[in-house]
Amino acid sequence: MLDIRHIVKQYSNHRALDDVSLHVPKGSIFGLLGPNGAGKTSLIRIINQITGPDSGEIYFDGELLHPKHIERIGYLPEERGLYKKMKIGEQMLYLAQLKGLSKRDAKQRIQRWFEKLQIESWWDKKVEDLSKGMQQKVQFVATVVHEPDLIILDEPFSGFDPVNAQLIQEEILELNKKGATIIYSTHRMESVEELCDNIALINKSKKVLDGPVRKIKRSYQNQMYVIEFKEQDGIIPSFIGTSLFEVVEEKTTTDSREVTIRVQEDNSLNDILLYLISQVKIRQVKEVIPSMHDIFIDQVSGSTNNKYIHHA
Amino acid sequence: MHKILLIINREYFSRVKKKSFLLVTFLVPMLFIGMYVAIFFLTKQSYEDTHAIVHVVDEEGSIADQLKNNKNITYSFSNTDLQEQIKNLKNGAKNTNLLIIPADFYTARKIELLSSGKPNIGTQNEVRSQLREIIRNEQYRKMGLNADRIRNINDNIQIAAKEVTETGDAKDSHTEVAMGIAMGLCFLIYLSLVLFGTQVMRGVIEEKSNRIVEVVISSVKPFQLMMGKIIGIGLVGITQFVLWIILSLTLMTIFSTALFNDKEVAQQAMGRNMRELPGEQSTTANADFDWMAALDSVDFTELTICFFVFFFGGYLLYSALFAAVGSAVDNETEAGQFTMPITMPLLIPYVLSFGVLINDPHGSIATWLSMIPFTSPVAMLVRIPFGVPTWQIVLSAALLIGGFILTTWFAARIYRVGILMYGKKASLKELIKWFNYKR
Repeated sequence: MLDIRHIVKQYSNHRALDDVSLHVPKGSIFGLLGPNGAGKTSLIRIINQITGPDSGEIYFDGELLHPKHIERIGYLPEERGLYKKMKIGEQMLYLAQLKGLSKRDAKQRIQRWFEKLQIESWWDKKVEDLSKGMQQKVQFVATVVHEPDLIILDEPFSGFDPVNAQLIQEEILELNKKGATIIYSTHRMESVEELCDNIALINKSKKVLDGPVRKIKRSYQNQMYVIEFKEQDGIIPSFIGTSLFEVVEEKTTTDSREVTIRVQEDNSLNDILLYLISQVKIRQVKEVIPSMHDIFIDQVSGSTNNKYIHHA
Repeated sequence: MHKILLIINREYFSRVKKKSFLLVTFLVPMLFIGMYVAIFFLTKQSYEDTHAIVHVVDEEGSIADQLKNNKNITYSFSNTDLQEQIKNLKNGAKNTNLLIIPADFYTARKIELLSSGKPNIGTQNEVRSQLREIIRNEQYRKMGLNADRIRNINDNIQIAAKEVTETGDAKDSHTEVAMGIAMGLCFLIYLSLVLFGTQVMRGVIEEKSNRIVEVVISSVKPFQLMMGKIIGIGLVGITQFVLWIILSLTLMTIFSTALFNDKEVAQQAMGRNMRELPGEQSTTANADFDWMAALDSVDFTELTICFFVFFFGGYLLYSALFAAVGSAVDNETEAGQFTMPITMPLLIPYVLSFGVLINDPHGSIATWLSMIPFTSPVAMLVRIPFGVPTWQIVLSAALLIGGFILTTWFAARIYRVGILMYGKKASLKELIKWFNYKR
């Protein structure tokens, strides 16, 4: 859907984007991740043609990005709002017409959305009479009313209560199912694993990581397991001295113990289990899969002491 | 192009439909007409108030016969006891006076004027001038001069001030009228440029602080949004002026037909305005001043067209700057430091207009100011009632258009960056940096 090639954006005293290249597959939900100030919003503004890159180019559906593509993009900015004194219905009509819809089409579609979200009665209300959550619903409708092929959501859930967040999330998934490509920009990792199939991580103006979520996570899992066991006959097993694995963490609960281990090279989980089975009563074995959160923290902080991620 | 029309449409109708717009549109002409009517009625009232009854006690003996009744004053003579008369005065009607002329009037030149309320200045003046006349006559008589012949000496002169037009014709020039109109226009355009410019700035700040601006500019170019807003609000201004003109003309016609039926009051009002001019004889001299001819000498069509051209041109020029200021700040209080310098060039000809420009409308200062795009809207309109060659008007208008293109280009470069800068205090240095951003 979107091919971003070697984008550079330079402001007078800092470089917002430094040679960023990305591929957003058609029909995907693409997570654009990064800490505040990493350059996400700069990139999004370039995709929306609000600003232009200093160098590099973007291909939209195979064509070089052009002003005509604006009508095929829906954008919900992080800094968003509505005209306070204008009636909701009029405001929606105005925004939809700016996206190229005819007045009649716009009216029909807005009404359909309002019915769907059960907010028909808001048509003649003014924005100042709505709560913040209500305003966000309206803004969401304004973003998608022209049925864009590419929907860009910058922190869409900030300010939503859990019920409405769930509602909007379902709508996003439904739009995606109908064929829309979605770019979801956030620094909240919990929702990323739930929603995204592909991600890119931007830090300090540079892309540091991208690809399908599963693949990225797999590349980060490195033979780590949590083993829960109970001591046999009161003998505390010794894990020291074995070359099979390395203990990362040890925890004792009231009736059992839990160790996190990393299997050393050339060994397998089977070897370890064989070793342990004679000493303890194994209750549970789990493979440690790093969460996106861990990967994010690891990449952003650049620290090597993250216990779940092994730097070879 | 279609999108900019949508923006103009929204900016225009969201303002025109407001109650405050209707209120201002109807109230302002009403206010002016109201003032006009009030002046007439106050004049009428004061005429009635100044009519005084003066009881005269003439101890000298020869004075009372020489006092003359007129429309402001009625004298009455009685020989009743002085104390009795003073007592009567207290119970007497409004503006009743007692004039006591002592026996040594010609030498001492002191009289007493007792009155029921506060002594009226008008009555005092009237009495004084009549008594001076009497003294003068007495002195002429003593010197053996014929008072009537002296009075008949006519030293009036009339200046027929004409200006030579381009076609070589001489036409009557009515400098006073031109001055009045020039001042009015100058005030009107200065006020409306600042007023509508500020509206543009407020609109931009509103969009920025509402955070809707990024939503909108993901659909249209920042330049389109800025121009749409400027043109939309400009049309609101033009609508307002057109409505004002129509309403004022209608109301004027209605009221003046009603008022001018009362001929006496109308003449009285006119006459009274003229008194301010110096010279004792001026009242009669100025009564000849032909107001109708003076007003006829002004080309109102030219004036109206020029007003709209220079208003809209000046508006476009300044509102672009106001838009840039609005984009650079987060709220109106911050805007103050920037609006000052940009309204300066407007303030200069406004202040100068009361002196330099009006006294010397074709001098080099006035001519230059009426050519420079930033000052020309005000300066040119001050000059136009005095008659400006067409080529100068056209040149000035062309320069104004050029100036507006320049400021718009300049403002747009700041605007596109400014609207996306939240919570950043803009300094001049910052603005220059924004200006230099590539896109």
